[in-house]
Amino acid sequence: MDSAIETTHSEHDAQEHAHVFVPQHRHHFETEEQQREAGSFGMWLFLLTEIMFFGGMFFAYLLFRNWYYEAFVAASNTLNIGMGAANTAILITSGFFMALGVWAAEVRKKNLLVLFLVLTTVFGCAFLGVKYFEYKEKFELHHVPGASFDVSQFVNPPIDAKTGKPVGNPVPADQLQHTQLFFFLYFAMTGMHALHMIIGIGILAWLLVRAQRGEFTAGYVAPIENFGLYWHFVDIVWLFLFPLLYLINRHPLAH
Amino acid sequence: MAHQAQNDHSLQHDADNITNPEHAEHHIVSPFQYTLVFGSLLLGTLLTVLAADQNFGIFNPIIALGIASTKAVIVILFFMHVKYQTNLIKMTVGAGFFTFLVLITMTLSDYISRAWGLW
Repeated sequence: MDSAIETTHSEHDAQEHAHVFVPQHRHHFETEEQQREAGSFGMWLFLLTEIMFFGGMFFAYLLFRNWYYEAFVAASNTLNIGMGAANTAILITSGFFMALGVWAAEVRKKNLLVLFLVLTTVFGCAFLGVKYFEYKEKFELHHVPGASFDVSQFVNPPIDAKTGKPVGNPVPADQLQHTQLFFFLYFAMTGMHALHMIIGIGILAWLLVRAQRGEFTAGYVAPIENFGLYWHFVDIVWLFLFPLLYLINRHPLAH
Repeated sequence: MAHQAQNDHSLQHDADNITNPEHAEHHIVSPFQYTLVFGSLLLGTLLTVLAADQNFGIFNPIIALGIASTKAVIVILFFMHVKYQTNLIKMTVGAGFFTFLVLITMTLSDYISRAWGLW
């Protein structure tokens, strides 16, 4: 019985493939394409859970912005659009280099792959650098939710030096404390996004070491490709955070 | 009968991906295409910042979300290669966003209807 199986097995091997181990074709997959697609499928399932995770916070923002509109408008308009826009461009650039990195791995150019991964990391760090200055400003203005949160800016909006008028309308007294809710969501959403980037940069460092060894430029592209999916997903989250948090409240409706 | 079973078996193990193709031809997106995508994303960012300066009334958030969604679709199709994937992956991505929309709609319909007629 054993010998019969043994015979069939070795015939099968001889006909279909020699047993050379390559990471892009493990023995439980029939073809490289099948293994590749199984990997992409799994990665996308993970990203769907991420959509739900961020989706909960986006929903909270949608609901509370409707409930406490004046507070959200006033709080949102204190954000720095220039920094937000610059960060959007920085993140898109980082994603662009990530996409080029996948291409370099596909066409098996090791040095280019390493270069593109380095650039992806550099722009990722630049994004976090800008974020640091934004957060720092929030601490200085006492716009961080908690015991030291200060609503005075929303009671008496500061005078704009150019126009000589207040930068916005005072927030109604019953909504003053709800400006805190905006900043809570701001920190929760951008903070979770930044955490994803920090994790991504950690993984990038590990991929860089392996790319330098040539592990991804001999046909085994899956780790680069699947990390690319993650990195682009984090980009997409920011593509929605930027307009929702920074932009859509510039021209408030009269309530 | 046994013969039939064997046929089914060989159909499932379609190593050459011909009888019942289940995985995509491998497609490599070129750097030129990526550059076009990059340019369009930067353009979209510029547009959304400029649009936010104008007063379109209730359409400001709609325009902003429209531009953001367009950019997201471009990223998903090209940077994330979904355009070149099999139907399995396309369905998976679509199902994820669809489920998310269902959750948003149902939760919103709850909140909207709680104070129905009291405003």
